[in-house]
Amino acid sequence: MSDKARTSNPAFRDPADEGFATKVALLLLSLAFLIFFLFLPLLSVFVEAFREGWGAYYEALAEPDAAAAIRLTLLVAAIAVPLNLVFGLCASWAIAKFEFKGKAFLITLIDLPFSISPVISGLVYVLLFGSGSLLGPLLKSWGIEILFAVPGIVLATVFVTFPFVARELIPLMQDQGSGDEEAALSLGASGWQTFRFVTLPNIKWGLLYGVLLCNARAMGEFGAVSVVSGRIRGLTNTMPLHVEILYNEYNMVAAFAVASLLALLALVTLALKTLLELRFGAGNAGGRH
Amino acid sequence: MTQTATASPAKWRLKQPSIIPGFGLTLGFSLAYLSLIILIPVAGLLWRTAELGWSGFFSVFADRRTLDALYISFGTAFLAALVNVVFGTILAWVLTRYNFPGRQLVDAMVDLPFALPTAVAGIALASLYAPNGWIGSLFMPFRIAFTPLGIVIALVFIGLPFVVRTVQPIMEEIDREVEEAAATLGANRFQTILRVILPGLTPAILTGFALAFARGVGEYGSVIFIAGNIPYVSEIAPLLIVIRLEEFNYAGATAIATIMLLISFLMLLVINLIQAWSRRRYGNV
Repeated sequence: MSDKARTSNPAFRDPADEGFATKVALLLLSLAFLIFFLFLPLLSVFVEAFREGWGAYYEALAEPDAAAAIRLTLLVAAIAVPLNLVFGLCASWAIAKFEFKGKAFLITLIDLPFSISPVISGLVYVLLFGSGSLLGPLLKSWGIEILFAVPGIVLATVFVTFPFVARELIPLMQDQGSGDEEAALSLGASGWQTFRFVTLPNIKWGLLYGVLLCNARAMGEFGAVSVVSGRIRGLTNTMPLHVEILYNEYNMVAAFAVASLLALLALVTLALKTLLELRFGAGNAGGRH
Repeated sequence: MTQTATASPAKWRLKQPSIIPGFGLTLGFSLAYLSLIILIPVAGLLWRTAELGWSGFFSVFADRRTLDALYISFGTAFLAALVNVVFGTILAWVLTRYNFPGRQLVDAMVDLPFALPTAVAGIALASLYAPNGWIGSLFMPFRIAFTPLGIVIALVFIGLPFVVRTVQPIMEEIDREVEEAAATLGANRFQTILRVILPGLTPAILTGFALAFARGVGEYGSVIFIAGNIPYVSEIAPLLIVIRLEEFNYAGATAIATIMLLISFLMLLVINLIQAWSRRRYGNV
């Protein structure tokens, strides 16, 4: 039945469609749900942040501890995202271009961090490098601090953001098959040339999509990082941890000011993600992020 | 690795032959990185648990506070996943079937919980649902924040996209002709939805439920601000792990973590079984 027939006769009610009243009711219910659970929380972050005006907002962000937290968050993301990017490229190349034993199991293992509580992701490193472990005291005697220092924060962040790039690239590269690469190789391209000039252009939007999600999580991770950080102000405090400290000190304006930067990051991520999906059909947001 | 494969071509081989280079390098790097970042640390956790022994392991669960924390985590995650199944399915329906101004914006908004850092969601929800907050004040004297209900609110926020994004693609693939056939055979709209559409969506809905539930059980950042964290009442298991760590009670923290980890693996298995079952039955998901 064409859409024209559905709408041209006002008395006609499509039997394979809900009535107008039902539609409006379901729509309003959905919107009310979204307003209470998504929109108002987001709005409240910005309202609370600007409660005392631009001056107080700016002051909260320019304060040395906040600035240190912002720098640390950027540093951690700048290390964790490229590491997981390289891993994502390697894993998806091996998985999508070759048939080998144990592939399904490998994919399951890559997904593992998604099903582990962030707190446990931090805990595993505390057990590995903590005072009761074998490695911790040894590294300490060499003057290397992992726990309650930047390396621990980076490791915990790498753990929780581990699957993001691989997760986007594996299905994409599996769909594309390896015909293009085989053609390039048969025409005399080297392996690196094939990757650089054939594969990379094919996967660039999916890659960007994965990096975007990986970065958002890396900058926003709280649970895992809070376990390994020790929360030393100005030294091992990332932005989300700084938000927690300020909030627990009832310094609401400052807490929400720092939080508003993270919320802004989330909005930019969502906007770019939507754009990528509309323009290039990259990813479909799968249910596992 | 490629060498061993070519050495015994007739018998067992790791990989099928291919002219594409880089298998050894990429798989080798992937496995090394996976082992260093994920496998060795997680194995360390299991090793520590094994060191506790059975009696040490179970003595942790003789503690009323631990049992209550696990009960609260799993109970609230279950309730929140139920709420998300109902509203998430309705929302997915509205987004796939109805055309209204701003639909694309609403669709993009659904992913907000994926993108918004959990600590930000936590303080926003806490201030919103607190007794003096915008929403909390509407419901006074009934308290939402700082009770187990507050935990459910935070977990509904966190879990919503899991249900919507799992159900939505399957809904988009439903053939309108099936509904028209049901209607011509005399089914009313309600019967069509209940008996024709819903059965096909069941695997996706169950998967969405399991994903939202699994995420909810382990969630920390968005919950601790709104929960009030009262032992025996609104203290979640991940928070208790953090508390045990701060007390340097590594055995206690490890035992709780292992139980949670085992249950997450069980959930993962259940999700895979649902998907295998639905592939056999419906050939999708």
